[in-house]
Amino acid sequence: MTQDYNFAFIDEGSKKEIRRKILKAVAIPGYQVPFGSRELPIARGWGTGGIQITLSIIGPDDTLKVIDQGCDGSVNAVNIKRFINAVTGTKTTTDTTTATIIQTRHRIPEEKMTEEQILVLQVPFPEALRTVEPSEMETRRMHGEADYSRMWLYLYEDIVKFREISIGARYPVMVNKRYIMDPSPIPRWDIPKLHLAETLYLFGAGREKRIYAIPPYTPVEPLEFEDFKFRVEDFKEAVCMRCGSNDTFLDEIINDTTGRRTYFCSDTGHCDKVLEAKRGEGS
Amino acid sequence: MGYVAVKGGTEAIEHSARLLTYERIKGNSEPLKIEQIKEQLVLLVDRVMGEGSLYSPGLAALAIKQSAGDTLEASLMLRAYRTTLPRIGYSIPESAREMRVIRRISAAFKDIPGGQILGPTSDYTLRLLDFELLNDSKGTREEYIKALLKDIESPAPGLQPLPETFPKVIEVLRKEGLLEESAGRQYPVVNNQNGSFDITRQSLSFPAPRSATLQAMARGETGGLLVLAYSNMRGYGDIHPVIGELRVGFLPVRIRHPYTGEPYTVGEIKVTEAEAIAKFTGKEGTPKFTLGYGLCFGHNEIKAISMAILDRAMQTEEPKMVSENQEFVLSHIDGIESMGFCNHWKLPHYVTFQSDLDRLRKAKEKSGFGNSEAGAGK
Repeated sequence: MTQDYNFAFIDEGSKKEIRRKILKAVAIPGYQVPFGSRELPIARGWGTGGIQITLSIIGPDDTLKVIDQGCDGSVNAVNIKRFINAVTGTKTTTDTTTATIIQTRHRIPEEKMTEEQILVLQVPFPEALRTVEPSEMETRRMHGEADYSRMWLYLYEDIVKFREISIGARYPVMVNKRYIMDPSPIPRWDIPKLHLAETLYLFGAGREKRIYAIPPYTPVEPLEFEDFKFRVEDFKEAVCMRCGSNDTFLDEIINDTTGRRTYFCSDTGHCDKVLEAKRGEGS
Repeated sequence: MGYVAVKGGTEAIEHSARLLTYERIKGNSEPLKIEQIKEQLVLLVDRVMGEGSLYSPGLAALAIKQSAGDTLEASLMLRAYRTTLPRIGYSIPESAREMRVIRRISAAFKDIPGGQILGPTSDYTLRLLDFELLNDSKGTREEYIKALLKDIESPAPGLQPLPETFPKVIEVLRKEGLLEESAGRQYPVVNNQNGSFDITRQSLSFPAPRSATLQAMARGETGGLLVLAYSNMRGYGDIHPVIGELRVGFLPVRIRHPYTGEPYTVGEIKVTEAEAIAKFTGKEGTPKFTLGYGLCFGHNEIKAISMAILDRAMQTEEPKMVSENQEFVLSHIDGIESMGFCNHWKLPHYVTFQSDLDRLRKAKEKSGFGNSEAGAGK
């Protein structure tokens, strides 16, 4: 496969264009930069925006980690990792701390990332305002004029109807006090990790042809009211059945036979590490 | 226990891919040759080249074979292959007036300059299953071709040989000043080598220039274009088109020599072109005709006509129906995008679902319905 295709699959001219668009995105935090999204041998909607970013910035010396739902071993993560590895020959890892580039769908790793790392997020809906306005022409105008009243009204009406903001994942955030941004369908649990982070976050929407970014140390605030604060998911007293963590985002598993609910860490790389450390202590 | 997918994902997808291949090859018949697909499933090849936006009958046939005939998958393979090819340059714009025509008809005039040429069409065939084909053989084919060529070589008296090119039917209307030019709704174009927008290099922004509109439709999914065009002509819209001219034929591909600038013909492509005429009342109240235009790779008349109708519909001054809304039409006709997104719902959404569960339980708790305590399962 590698012999027949250019390094990182995409031709150099296209990679250069994508890198230029990434730079523009970094220069305007939270602003969606249109780009000439290319088709990949993986279907649209399956992470092609993130993959295009990764392929455009990756070099032979990088170490790549790919997760889907926090998991390194899920079929989609494996498939993407296999593809990138086949066209670049780059090393892969499941360890958050040793990766230089992490591509992810729906999660930010539990372990703190550093300035030396880049997190690439796959984005299905780049437009946070799509919930209140279907037209792209109109949402671009709204961003241009920072006309966000309808979004605030939406949140307010939610509170009136449900006494709670009912948005689960994909919780809208204000980036650098200027643009409302869709953080991709990460849980609310991960939203605080975006604020003044050390790491560069790159967001790629392949089907919708948009790239946006949160550069390191950018203020990122979830939309909230003084009397109705943003809140992360509440797992009450639940702990991971496997590693015993009570400070991670958990997957709820329903037991086939008893119907009882149990919980496991969503971030499997982190779960492995905690478990290993505990075993080390025990021996 | 139900804890899945931590390990074993790699093996699972490898086994799955092997099974997929097995499904395609398990029968006892001879393996399909690329040549057979290329020559005998021409319309399928044309459709995949169009939607895959890569003119290569050989690669399209390979994709069709590999995907076991799934047009969306095959087109996706072509598009993905396209990504690996560098953009060398742009070809010189060609006028379809110079087309080497194999078929051209007009529904607007009984007699047109150059005459109606039916060419190869299924329009007037009876769609009866031809059981003779069950006994298809090389011999019967050779005889068929021999008979056909004999008739062509000794034409009936009085028949003229076909001219090289044909005049365009709509020129008649243009000369009379009955045709409102579509150019009025052109938007500023970000320049490329040949002055037209390139949707493979820039993402669409709305309102989109007409060159972008036509490109997006040319690689749109045939069924998707048809649905939207049909909605308009059926009543959710106001286009009652007359096919001014429909032609199928070959256009040369010419590029400029990088040093001398001289045009060179590097090949030719088969295309279908449709010009739909629709009546409208201009601002001054005088009724005029307007033109909707469609052109796509290969022989695909449904697609070209649907394109022409949508092109015209999207020029409606005050769009009301979905088929008149440029952003709506252009954002939803791409088969590669829509199939990918539709398929992606099969991917795990555990995290977002967990997040939604949390919100729902919270809302339920607050409104006093039921108990939402974790693990209770009341």
